[in-house]
Amino acid sequence: MRKHDVVIVGSGLAGLRAAIEMAGRVDVAVVTKVYPSRSHSGAAQGGVAAAMANSSEDSVESHFFDTVKGSDYLGDQDAIEMMTKDAPVTITELEKMGCVFSRDEQGRIAQREFGGHSHPRACYAADRTGHALLHTLFEQSMKYKKNITFYSEFYLLTLIMEEGTARGITMMNIKNGDVEVIHAKTVLFATGGYGRAFKITSNAFACTGDGIMTAYRAGVPVEDMEFVQFHPTGLYGQGILMSEACRGEGGYLLNGKGERFMEKYAKSKMELAPRDIVSRAEQTEINEGRGIDGKDFINLELRHLGREKILERLPQIRQLAIDFLGVDCIDHPIPIQPTAHYSMGGIPVDVDCHVITDAEKTKVPGFYAAGECACVSVHGANRLGTNSLLDASVFGRRAGKAALEFTLKAKHEKISEADEMRKAKKRLDDLLVTPGTESANDIRTELKETMSTHVGVYRTEEGLRFAQGKLKALRHRFKNVRVTDKGKLFNTEIIEALELSNMLEYSEVIVAGAMARKESRGGHARVDYPKRDDVNFLRHTLAHRIGDGAVRLKYKPVSITKYQPEERKY
Amino acid sequence: MGAKFFVSRYNSEVDAKAHLQEFTVVVPKGATLLDCLNIIKWEQDGTFSFRMSCRSAICGSCAVRVNGHARLACKTQAADVIVDGEVTIEPLGNLPVIRDLIVDLEPFWESLERVKPWLVPDETKKFDRERLQSHHDQLKIDAASTCIMCGSCYSDCNVLNVDKMFLGPASLAKAQRFVFDTRDSEKEARLDFLSQVNGMWDCTHCAECSTRCPTEAKPLERIIELRQEAVNSGFTNNNGARHVLGFRESIGGFKGKGGGGMLNENYLPLRSVGLSLGGMLSLLPVGIRMIMRGKNPPMIPHIIDKIGEVRKMFRRFDEYRKEGEK
Repeated sequence: MRKHDVVIVGSGLAGLRAAIEMAGRVDVAVVTKVYPSRSHSGAAQGGVAAAMANSSEDSVESHFFDTVKGSDYLGDQDAIEMMTKDAPVTITELEKMGCVFSRDEQGRIAQREFGGHSHPRACYAADRTGHALLHTLFEQSMKYKKNITFYSEFYLLTLIMEEGTARGITMMNIKNGDVEVIHAKTVLFATGGYGRAFKITSNAFACTGDGIMTAYRAGVPVEDMEFVQFHPTGLYGQGILMSEACRGEGGYLLNGKGERFMEKYAKSKMELAPRDIVSRAEQTEINEGRGIDGKDFINLELRHLGREKILERLPQIRQLAIDFLGVDCIDHPIPIQPTAHYSMGGIPVDVDCHVITDAEKTKVPGFYAAGECACVSVHGANRLGTNSLLDASVFGRRAGKAALEFTLKAKHEKISEADEMRKAKKRLDDLLVTPGTESANDIRTELKETMSTHVGVYRTEEGLRFAQGKLKALRHRFKNVRVTDKGKLFNTEIIEALELSNMLEYSEVIVAGAMARKESRGGHARVDYPKRDDVNFLRHTLAHRIGDGAVRLKYKPVSITKYQPEERKY
Repeated sequence: MGAKFFVSRYNSEVDAKAHLQEFTVVVPKGATLLDCLNIIKWEQDGTFSFRMSCRSAICGSCAVRVNGHARLACKTQAADVIVDGEVTIEPLGNLPVIRDLIVDLEPFWESLERVKPWLVPDETKKFDRERLQSHHDQLKIDAASTCIMCGSCYSDCNVLNVDKMFLGPASLAKAQRFVFDTRDSEKEARLDFLSQVNGMWDCTHCAECSTRCPTEAKPLERIIELRQEAVNSGFTNNNGARHVLGFRESIGGFKGKGGGGMLNENYLPLRSVGLSLGGMLSLLPVGIRMIMRGKNPPMIPHIIDKIGEVRKMFRRFDEYRKEGEK
């Protein structure tokens, strides 16, 4: 058994930022199923929002309001106010750690326009901002090597919860198959999102909601899981992200008739309307036969920006489109379609990232969560672009501070190592010992098809009901899944099976939340209930796991401190 | 008709050495190499192991050797590397293999840590806001900052192949990013460290690193920038810098004293070790071996035709440089 003061699971922006905040004060362990520099934060492209007012006038107040409106009023306003207030200092700190930001003429951090923001407040590093931030924190973590123990390529199996408090985790060493326990005073999850259950997705293979589902299985409810953001510009066929910065820098969206169709949907903001609105507009054009050549894609037009601007501001985008589709955006438009991108839902936490379980904000002692796996909720029903890197940075930092304070006063509570090992090993044995016949690949493919087709940009009662039945059948088949690799050394087949079990379970939660939410709000668009319904649904969903895995839904009120909900127009 | 994929299979627990296994894959239109590896794993052999994550060329997990050279599997169109219906896929080089295409990356991370890869700011200066950095200064560190730590350069580095103590291209590119960062306060100490044995001067500029690099980091270019900066900053008391200066003197001529136009192969090694007795003695064994095999350069170098042209070129280089400095 290993012992640390704090165990952080996840080494992206939130996890590393929290680790650095605590390094040297307490004994910190960071567990990751990849290596820190390979965390999915690095794939974020366009920028990180903060009202620095470098390019034009701006204010925290404006950022606060834009985010509330962007969230379709489901965001908790106390949390949003705090995040937007913390934003400038958080960015300044990251700059001081050495982040390589793009600069303006005065030598300050450059800022650009982004969807739903009323001022240019996206601080950026060309079109690889997440990469720049992640590597800065990775560098800092090497500086604190004596104070932070890394467990790279270890897979999270269970959360150790006894008497309602979090006391550690179990994990599998991917390199040799060993199951181990980390006994800790404090557990912090920063495990990222769950976009991998969709066929067209911008997410890494790793984004399988592991932390969220581990918490869920340990008895913690999950919040607002039905809210999945579909990004308007995924590379056609693959879903690989083409940054919103393309539009921030002046790119257009064109339908099959060559029209800038956003004029019909968001006359004032055009292509820079929030993502939910742009994705729905694209899907409507496609559904009504106005895709390019009547097919299921739209064109992202950048040619008018000119070669020089594309090479300076959007070099990665250009290269991705060349590598994956053979299209050079200097000479041709890029075929795109909506792609599953961001998980608004997750583990419910308060503004200090302490995990809570109900409307009364009852805390789980010793358990924290930050970043995409958490639901504060600062994004509500729809996240604005550049607010995700901000969320991970601000709440990683806050989680570090809060968890540090807790840890300094806490002690290692008793755990039963043998029981925990048994539970963890059972998860593996269920897969290894059973002589299964079902192909994991078939189950995964059918899952992704189902989610993209029926739980995507537009949803209906009928489609959701079909998805519900299909998912139940897939989960049943998964009990008989075949894992051919029985070895211990780097058994990636068993890791993929564990990830698939998470995907299957959270997909059911998404569908349950989506069926119950008979309204359209932000990223959740019901064809049969096209209006937002503040009377019945201005509230957060809390999904609890009961019995043998059934979902029971409860609700939690939204924090409204300053801005009363009004119609959302752009 | 499918393409033949020869993929390296190895399990360090049971196999003495790796072998190539043949799989036939019907490559879908537009499929990347990573797509094909997944077709093998998901449809043909679940025990086949490799790393992957982002599939958009930013996380660096899926670097493997394709037909002998390192590449990111996710960034490579399969059709581009299938030659006569065949392609060979092996793990990265210069690193111990754990299983199939998975290598032990610890030596790679360790080499990175040796260059102290974090910003050391001047703590005496306090800023309320972000520090200023001109666009021009930022561009000097832009290329190196695009490195994704995929290990492709490390895999194909010819120096690492013979000397595991070499810092390696990725670490040197990372070092460049701090040496040239106007916000860092340890430039001198960094250049001093990088000028030591196993550092920047051990690169033989074969350019494999820059050729294999999937980003704009291009380690060789960064190493050249480091060398120029080291020499210009006076870090010349080492074999590497002396070798370069000697090379320049030999071909370009001594400042104000004329000469040059040809490579004096007797002068260069002596100049490189510092024209000291100890240095000369250190050259003795290799010198004797060269003489025994008849490989020693002629004592009196022969004068090439049009030597004046070479000297003139070097004078023009110097003039250009002076103009550039102004």
